[in-house]
Amino acid sequence: MTATTAGTVARRAPSFRLDRRYLPVAGTFVVLALMLVIGGTRHENFLTPTVFSNLFINNAHLIALAVGMTFVILTGGIDLSVGSVLALSTVIIASLLQAGLPTGVVLVVAVLAGALIGLAHGVMIQGFGVQPFVATLAGMFFARGLCFVIAPESISIGDASFKAIAGWDSWIGYFRVTMAVVIALVVAGIAFVVLHYTRFGRTVYAVGGGEQSALLMGLPVARTKVLVYVVSGTCAALGGVLFAMFSSSGYALSGVAMELDAIAAVVIGGTLLTGGTGFVLGSVLGVLTLGAIQTIIQFEGNLSSWWTKIVIGVLLLVFVVLQRVLTLRKT
Amino acid sequence: MRQAVRHHLFWPVVALVALVVANTVARPSFLAVSFADGHLFGAPVDILRAAAPLLLIALGMTLVIATRGIDLSVGAVVAVSGAVALEYISTSANPESPGTVFAAVAIALVLSLVLGLWNGFLVTVLGIQPIIATLILMTAGRGVAMLITGGFITTVNSAPYKGLNSGYLLGLPAAVWISVAIFALVAVAVRRTALGMLLEATGINPAASRLAGVRSRTITWTVYTACGLLAGLAGILVSADTMAADANNAGIFVELDAILAVVIGGTALSGGKFNLSGTFVGVLVIATLDRTVTVLGISPHVTPLFMALVVVVVTLLQSPRVRERFAVAALRRRTGTATPVVVPDDGAAAPVPVPADAAPSSSDENLPDEKEVVR
Repeated sequence: MTATTAGTVARRAPSFRLDRRYLPVAGTFVVLALMLVIGGTRHENFLTPTVFSNLFINNAHLIALAVGMTFVILTGGIDLSVGSVLALSTVIIASLLQAGLPTGVVLVVAVLAGALIGLAHGVMIQGFGVQPFVATLAGMFFARGLCFVIAPESISIGDASFKAIAGWDSWIGYFRVTMAVVIALVVAGIAFVVLHYTRFGRTVYAVGGGEQSALLMGLPVARTKVLVYVVSGTCAALGGVLFAMFSSSGYALSGVAMELDAIAAVVIGGTLLTGGTGFVLGSVLGVLTLGAIQTIIQFEGNLSSWWTKIVIGVLLLVFVVLQRVLTLRKT
Repeated sequence: MRQAVRHHLFWPVVALVALVVANTVARPSFLAVSFADGHLFGAPVDILRAAAPLLLIALGMTLVIATRGIDLSVGAVVAVSGAVALEYISTSANPESPGTVFAAVAIALVLSLVLGLWNGFLVTVLGIQPIIATLILMTAGRGVAMLITGGFITTVNSAPYKGLNSGYLLGLPAAVWISVAIFALVAVAVRRTALGMLLEATGINPAASRLAGVRSRTITWTVYTACGLLAGLAGILVSADTMAADANNAGIFVELDAILAVVIGGTALSGGKFNLSGTFVGVLVIATLDRTVTVLGISPHVTPLFMALVVVVVTLLQSPRVRERFAVAALRRRTGTATPVVVPDDGAAAPVPVPADAAPSSSDENLPDEKEVVR
């Protein structure tokens, strides 16, 4: 931004300078690369297309959640309900398919349920001035309770057409891509376009940067703030569809504490929790980083699974402190 | 009547009474307390005992929220503290001796204190947002607890340790005495000294209070430390109840319950004014709700649905906009004429005519509004 002044141009060619906005995302990228290199040096069969493909296949649902969460966090809000909405979506899919409804209808109903819960959040937050934390906490309890009302037991999905969709895969070179991965990446792509090339996306950034200023600029703040929660609810329900494809069952206890993974992925991806700064592709990188940690710990074998939590915690700390240093230097 | 409705404890108490009534209808003996072997028995006693850890945690949470913060790590601290105490007892030579139990409790409390200090350090010194600063410990803490227990559920037999929760003193379980005594102690320390006012000043406007000479940083740090310590104590009560250190499930979702209790009690998450009595009622509401589900014979899995219902109703009733609408409606009824000229400044000015007999903190509904405008 300041590179246009003659002094800076003379000192250094601007093309080599990384815009400060991209620094956190670049940091995430470096960490992810580092993870892969560490894994690669310790295990010779780590840096294989299979491992890389599985990184996407195992975390497709988390990508959808993190994408929706990015919208909410960009406006300075938070959505704690995504894990429960994911579970609700899987339960709806499994139970309706069991009842014999056509797959297309079932998927639409599941996604609409998520959107509806998101709408309820938005109305509570914007219409009644309830804190996002509390409103989505209520939504989290509501969705989880509803899961148990619909189906307390795990239901396996036997529907042929759903299984056909879930089982579809293709090879791009040596990389295996499943339907869930395709959907997750399409969702991320749409989110990228919406955030950067539409009026709604720019309003999201404006609201996060300063709600009063956005309001004074005449932007539709209320509508945008409601819509981001609808987006998050829809993405969470889509995540549920992907999770149902992955596990081919619907269970009320799936996705417990997954909202934390989603938030962690968004933060590690370089989005500031205060809102206004961040990128949806950063969140995707964040999800992949979390996935890489898990894969490495699985590869180590002798390391117990709880190390995952500790490493994620440490990584969160590093990124938050890094962000803090960056924002301090800016001001 | 209008003053009663305005009082900050009105809606939480209504929720509590409604729950008790529902329970009594379903089971007429619900409120009955019997006296046998020098102990009190009955559902109310059970509720108080079950509420003890939550009461301690919600107490710390109220103070943290008053400074505009939040502490998501309390559940993890509960797990760590319980794990450390039980692990120490199980590896010691003499699990039954009071000395061992005392040492175990001391070690667990010191560790919780350190964890609280860590949260405070991140929030005050590094200036990280509270929600994310404590999220770090929330994620890593359970991993640490797992590390302590080695991934197993440690079970021990130690009568003195078990007595910390279920031992009886003057007819009531020890856990009730401990939690209520500490609650009273903190309430007195906060409300009978300037500490409470300084806390609220920090929460309402950190910069202004710093300029006014309030040591906001020290106060915030202290509050996070206290919250960690209280969560650690709650962890001891929880583990003394189950006598098993379950790193995965001890204190799970307790941070959400605690935040709910604080919100139901009428303390806004935006910080500033807080009321501990509200938190106390909020904790009772949640504990009674848990009990209600069993009394009414509903599957415990449906509890979240009821939780959601209560949260939505209480928060909506407390939302400034709904209150404003109530105030406008009341004004119209009183004056008989719906003059729109009076309406705009009604929301803010309504409590002013009765400042003398209104409770000091009952006019705080307006505060969150003002802050939102400032932001």
